Amino acid sequence: MTNTQIVLTVAIIMAATMLTRFISFLVFPAGKETPAFIQYLGKVLPAAAMAMLVIYCFKGVDITSGNHGAPELIAGVAVALMHKWKHSMLLSIGGGTVFYLVLIHLVF
Amino acid sequence: MQKNKLAAAAKAAFPHTIPILTGFLVLGIAYGIYMKALGFSPLVPILISIFVFAGSMQFVAGSVLTAAFAPVSTFLLTLMVNARHMFYGISMLEKYRDLGKKKFPTIFWMCDESFSINVSAEVPEGIDKGWFYFFVSLLDYSYWVTGTILGAILGQFIPFDTTGVDFAMTALFIVILVGQWEKEKSHISTLGGLGISLVCLVIFGADNFIVASMVGIVLFLTLLRRPIERRLEA
Repeated sequence: MTNTQIVLTVAIIMAATMLTRFISFLVFPAGKETPAFIQYLGKVLPAAAMAMLVIYCFKGVDITSGNHGAPELIAGVAVALMHKWKHSMLLSIGGGTVFYLVLIHLVF
Repeated sequence: MQKNKLAAAAKAAFPHTIPILTGFLVLGIAYGIYMKALGFSPLVPILISIFVFAGSMQFVAGSVLTAAFAPVSTFLLTLMVNARHMFYGISMLEKYRDLGKKKFPTIFWMCDESFSINVSAEVPEGIDKGWFYFFVSLLDYSYWVTGTILGAILGQFIPFDTTGVDFAMTALFIVILVGQWEKEKSHISTLGGLGISLVCLVIFGADNFIVASMVGIVLFLTLLRRPIERRLEA
């Protein structure tokens, strides 16, 4: 990307983020019932969006060549297990990242 | 008088934000280092934290900025990742209604953490509620920006090869997913999101799968509304 494209991309992300924050206050005046379908999406969409983000993180992994995504998968599973076990965000993210670094720099 | 009111509200708000202080500083530092590892000047993550202020999306932004320029897809991706803000907004319509001049910044700083505090906190007697909401939001925002600045500076001095540090984003999202999995009454939405995105990634490839996934997910959730709602109510 050129510098102009970087600035434009950040501006787009800023505008879209602001839209998500302000739109409810603009569209649904206080005191009026929010449509049921919107309330439903509000409850269930965030979970699916987070799942999509996890897949997004693995989009650059090539399972057909190199080490077939083994370090990413192993470290990913390790993070999930670590978090299920200790429930420490810091430990899971910090420990998982260090583990991944060890895998790609020293093991694979 | 006005000054006392502000100080009292700030004092009442601060203790509520202490857990966020540590979390945001650490994550903000990680973000600054992450962006440095992707090759950006320190100014880029700092400006993004100031103007965007949305943790998950900012990590994604790092990845978006290293790919080809794609304005429409970037716009849609941001809407999807930040869609939850719309629902925080719906929950805060009444509380944020009469904030006056404080309304714009308080909504601009609305994030998972400031929402969760402001939606649930019992504002003490005699404290101005509007200013309390404002200071909770401002404090959370300032922790995030401060963390990013520290990380962006620290990133300059890290002597080792930073290839792979970007796995921190993957780890962050997995941690959020696990936490969400343990709390949710029905896993249909999470499983649908995983499955549909994976299928779309295989079919459409890394550069084009996001928009298809989003359409697929909304369709999926619309079609399965009845069974999902039944499980949520159970």
